[in-house]
Amino acid sequence: MAVSYVLLGAWAVVVLFPLYWLVVTSLKTPLEVNSGPFYLPFRDFKPTLESWRYIFVDLREDTFRPYLNTVVVGLTSTALTLLLGSMAAYGLVRMRYRVRLGAVASFVAALAVAVAAVVAGAPWQLAVIGGVMLFLLLLQTVARRSRRALGNDDIAFWMISQRMLPPVAVVIPIFIFFQQLGLLDTWPALIIAYMASHLPIVVWLMRDYFQSVPLELEESAAIDGASRYRVFRSVVLPLSVPGLVATFLFVLVFAWNEYLIALFLTSANAQTLPLTVAAQNATRGPQWWYMSVLILIMIVPVIAMAIALERYIARGLLVGAVKG
Amino acid sequence: MRKVPFTMSGEATTRPVPLAAQWRPLTDRLDRLAGPVFILPAVLVILAFSIFPLLASLYVSLSRLSFSEGGVQLRFVGLDNYAKLVVGIDRAHFLGVTRAITPVSAAILAAVYAGFVYLLVRYARSRGRTALGLAGRSLVALIGGAGVWLVVDTILTSGRPGTLVVTIIYVGVDVSVQYLLALGLALLVVQRLPGRRFFRVVFLLPMMITPVGVAYLFRMLTDTSKGPLYPLWTHFGLADVSWVTNPWGARLAVMIGDVWQWTPFIFIVLVAALESLPVELFEAAKVDGANRWQVFWEVTFPQILPATSTVVLIRLIEAFKIVDLPNVLTNGGPGTATESLTLHAYTIWRALDIGGSAAIAYMLLFVVTFIGITYVNLFRRRVVAMA
Repeated sequence: MAVSYVLLGAWAVVVLFPLYWLVVTSLKTPLEVNSGPFYLPFRDFKPTLESWRYIFVDLREDTFRPYLNTVVVGLTSTALTLLLGSMAAYGLVRMRYRVRLGAVASFVAALAVAVAAVVAGAPWQLAVIGGVMLFLLLLQTVARRSRRALGNDDIAFWMISQRMLPPVAVVIPIFIFFQQLGLLDTWPALIIAYMASHLPIVVWLMRDYFQSVPLELEESAAIDGASRYRVFRSVVLPLSVPGLVATFLFVLVFAWNEYLIALFLTSANAQTLPLTVAAQNATRGPQWWYMSVLILIMIVPVIAMAIALERYIARGLLVGAVKG
Repeated sequence: MRKVPFTMSGEATTRPVPLAAQWRPLTDRLDRLAGPVFILPAVLVILAFSIFPLLASLYVSLSRLSFSEGGVQLRFVGLDNYAKLVVGIDRAHFLGVTRAITPVSAAILAAVYAGFVYLLVRYARSRGRTALGLAGRSLVALIGGAGVWLVVDTILTSGRPGTLVVTIIYVGVDVSVQYLLALGLALLVVQRLPGRRFFRVVFLLPMMITPVGVAYLFRMLTDTSKGPLYPLWTHFGLADVSWVTNPWGARLAVMIGDVWQWTPFIFIVLVAALESLPVELFEAAKVDGANRWQVFWEVTFPQILPATSTVVLIRLIEAFKIVDLPNVLTNGGPGTATESLTLHAYTIWRALDIGGSAAIAYMLLFVVTFIGITYVNLFRRRVVAMA
């Protein structure tokens, strides 16, 4: 038992010491940071709130705008992703889908032709219309002949496998897309991009969770005349609160901290906090004191949430516990 | 849990009131459409913002993009961008510099290839073999063999690993260290010790910090003259050594940062898995006189294997995307020693070689897909079938 405490304590130190260092660095003057390590406030150095004042008073607007952006984008995209993702996950658990392979092939072919047309210089409106028509044509002719169909497991695998996609592989076309729509550097662009990149996680985690909801409850609700939507809203979702909370927290953390997509899609107005933190690396070298303040105000809400919801996390994660 | 007033709608079906009857056809139709309604929004979002950009990216990777007056111009160049990476001017950056094989690397290669051949032969002789399975395994052995050769020949010789090799090292080392650490911590935490809730919350914290922040944090900590570990460096006579100018030191710093940040993720999943195990299993094992070591290997570990396989898969996939840490912590340096594939793509993008950047992104996608599919087929499916 003593050994356990020593080991656990050691890792706790490894985790907490960097955070402690953030706090003390935020209380130092630049001179003190640069002239060597000082560990204890009041004994080794005189703490000052100068950096905090600079971030909150001098930079007021430049701190609060990214903060607001991060909060709005994080919460909105997480809520929407959770909604769409759990609907899809529920559908995949409780309904039967059959998509003909031919239909999928037709769609990919039409899409490829449309993309090629746009790249070759055709106006995109024309390409979209042409693509849709080609798709419908193929659907009526070629697709009907195919026997093989994709079932729920295939769709789930397809959705989850989207997580394998490195963001850097898709971010350039997304950049051009939002540029065409004039949405660069706005909230909707980031929200939509985050939704697409986080949907697979939600589908993955929630599918596991919904499988653990007893079928009998849903059936009895259906016998009582509740529609599928009502069963989902009034029976399944309330029973899945731990899973929803855990998933919400995970996705929020990912969206809150995301760097690469924000780097491409935003410049000044919709800039999020990770970019603000990275921007503290000025020409005179990194300004540790400001950076520490920014990192601290950035992690405080997430950490508070994690502490408040901690008991849900372990209960809400059934990853692979029910069925891989 | 909220109580659901089922009875009301139940009565409505048996004794329909006029208004409800009017609405029935519409709601019935909506109900029949429930399947598509549930899944289509997600499918559309993924199609529009994953699949469509992916195809567009494929085309970009096959062309040279140049900025001209009033817009961009794409010129189709075939596989040029890929050729540049594998055999052309970017080869040293992407694959690395290979040198003549040394005895050590030859020995390792021989051992690995012998292992592959042994596994293939064993599969070919096993009862459940199929032609497809054998073909797939041969392909895996071939590509894996080439990968091992590349890794061994750039690291164990006087050569220099490229971004592909560095990324593979990051993923391999990070995920295995994270898993071992997380498993140990999870086993310690699930014991009924007083104060374990404190540890659980604390161990979760690093995951909540933005990777950019973690990178700066570790840059502060690894500073050998002003960082908090300064007395330690002087004690070992390392005060003049800068981590960040030594290729392996810099890579180690990146890997330590990544381990610090993502061990919590595996930890929390393993804690969830361990806590869901039925107590009777352990009691039965104890009655049978098993010691702790046996209980772990015979009972605990097999039980958490499905969760293990899932969480390792998630981390494998995510670890390949590493970019913030090397970008901020070491700026990819010294030279390109710590650059990951995503960072490589980003630096090339900044140099306005958009086609080349897309080609690297696609290379990364190939690697991740190959490893993901191999992992699922050879390991995960078996584990899940067992459970």
